[in-house]
Amino acid sequence: MNLGNLFNNYGEAVAMILFGIGFSNLLLQKNLIKKIIGLNIMDTAMYLFLALKGFIGGRKAPIVTDGVQSVEAYINPIPSGLVLTGIVVSVSVTALMLSLTIRLYRRYHTLDLDEISTRLRKEGL
Amino acid sequence: MAFVQNFPFMSIILSLFSGPLCSILSGRKAKWVNAAVIVIIGGMSAAVLGFVLGTGQEYVYTMGHFPAPWGNEIRVGVLEAVMAVFFCVIMLLCMLGGIREREEEIEDTKQNLYYIMVNLLLSSLLALIYTNDLFTAYVFVEINTISACGLIMIRQNGRTLVAATRYMIMSLLGSGLLLLGICFLYDLTGHLLMSNIREQVALIHANGSYHIPLLVAVGLMSVGIAIKSALYPFHSWLPDAYGYSSLSSASILSSLVSKGYIFLLVKIFYRVIGFDIVRDSKVINVLFVFGIVGMIMGSVSAIKESNIRRMISYSSIAQIGYIYMGFGLGTTAGIVASIYHIVSHAATKALLFVAASGITEVSGDSTDFFDLTGAGYRNKLSGIAFTVGSLSMVGIPVFSGFISKLLFAQAGVGVENTAKMLPTLIALAISTVLNAVYFMKTVIRLYTPEKKAVLEKKQFKQVKMTEEPAKSFALICFIVLNLFLGLSSEPIIRLIENGLNMFA
Repeated sequence: MNLGNLFNNYGEAVAMILFGIGFSNLLLQKNLIKKIIGLNIMDTAMYLFLALKGFIGGRKAPIVTDGVQSVEAYINPIPSGLVLTGIVVSVSVTALMLSLTIRLYRRYHTLDLDEISTRLRKEGL
Repeated sequence: MAFVQNFPFMSIILSLFSGPLCSILSGRKAKWVNAAVIVIIGGMSAAVLGFVLGTGQEYVYTMGHFPAPWGNEIRVGVLEAVMAVFFCVIMLLCMLGGIREREEEIEDTKQNLYYIMVNLLLSSLLALIYTNDLFTAYVFVEINTISACGLIMIRQNGRTLVAATRYMIMSLLGSGLLLLGICFLYDLTGHLLMSNIREQVALIHANGSYHIPLLVAVGLMSVGIAIKSALYPFHSWLPDAYGYSSLSSASILSSLVSKGYIFLLVKIFYRVIGFDIVRDSKVINVLFVFGIVGMIMGSVSAIKESNIRRMISYSSIAQIGYIYMGFGLGTTAGIVASIYHIVSHAATKALLFVAASGITEVSGDSTDFFDLTGAGYRNKLSGIAFTVGSLSMVGIPVFSGFISKLLFAQAGVGVENTAKMLPTLIALAISTVLNAVYFMKTVIRLYTPEKKAVLEKKQFKQVKMTEEPAKSFALICFIVLNLFLGLSSEPIIRLIENGLNMFA
């Protein structure tokens, strides 16, 4: 294994570590709000990864302002487009999760999903 | 270009826009709009199927004005068209079967919201079937998840809220992994269109470079979709989500939503990576093992369950296990068996859910196993339908479940790798016995006459076929569909094989 690659691509490595943090938070946290924070960390890590994939050192964002039309002057715009789409998806999913959390909190006055489940089982609903 | 070729695109757009339209209509009108949309799309998909069968080759439909490597595409072959027609039929029957439950369980002001969700679900399913672009597939996977979550939580009680939350959490984990896999693939190949990725992946594989990243990408996408379609260790959300949501939601979720994801996985295996490379990557062996464990564990959980709706839900986990086991075999015969099982399970599971609601209705709305005694006499059609569904799930000849088990067994025998042959056959045998235990137990319970004293005390009502024409019609259609799939499976299998050839 070549550890040098890991240091050269430290951005990607950070993105993957963040993805892991977000993923395990979403999976393991009991508190619903913390789960949602985990979800957002996970999604943001993806955007970081995508942005790094589109970035080419020394070039500018692909917006023509000074009349330069050469492809060589700009970075790859497709990953940026994917990031935008991803943000839209992530916003709607987060909103849905938050609204579910509000519903659950109003009904059970707790944010702990396991506790709600045990209470449901006791009620025998 | 023939006019028919526009239909796949039109059907996606039609269902996508009829969703917002339903938001300004009243519940009754939205119901009709929804039914009309499903029928129209079913008709259009049938026309597309006829067209593709006529020309005998797939076609690519360019979206927008940009050609292949940049623009977005729809690709239509035989298998896609078959799936689209079939999904429309099942969805229409599920909606018909659950009309009464929907109107009772959902608040009047929220009736139309249900149809928004169903229309969006249909459009996302169609997009998953037709799209030729991986990132578009990801976006529609998320739309699918959101609308499925809406379908679960629209019946308002604590159970469904918790089920919807659990469903969302697991689905988001799955789609996170799927997105990561797609990004890896994009990073490796520089393309998002499936056919272009495939060319590049073949080059990379031939070079022998990037072996591990490719393996990671395939693994991430497989695991992501496995989580979303409730493969065994990731199934914890499923019984609650199917067991407590409204009837149409439960039957649509079990028969269509998880199948849409699995179809996407087939597309990823065949059209994005190439099946040989997937087989070499050994990822399918993992799917094989978990599929087999799921077949057994799902059935064991179902035996222990006394709530009939939850029992049927656990049976879904076992059936998903079958499908992944078919993938794991790593042969075309295995994939054909899996796709046939997608079809047969969708037809049977929806039938079971609708029939189960008919049975519980005449047992004082109790889903408990012991309250169902003699329910087959009180609601004759539902009793018969449940029996048909059970026999099909167990795998009795004449019904569709038999054909899929036969195909799995044949595929298992035909595998080159003998280490997989024996586990497949043994798991099939054990799982069939376990299926028989809990389904036949229920059928016998349905036809055990209840004591007169209990009947008088509990005041169970009788339901005749004519009292609920929509549900009776749906049940009869499901039974006919099941028998059709079981008796004339040959042309359908040929269609699937034909479609898979077009994939490769």
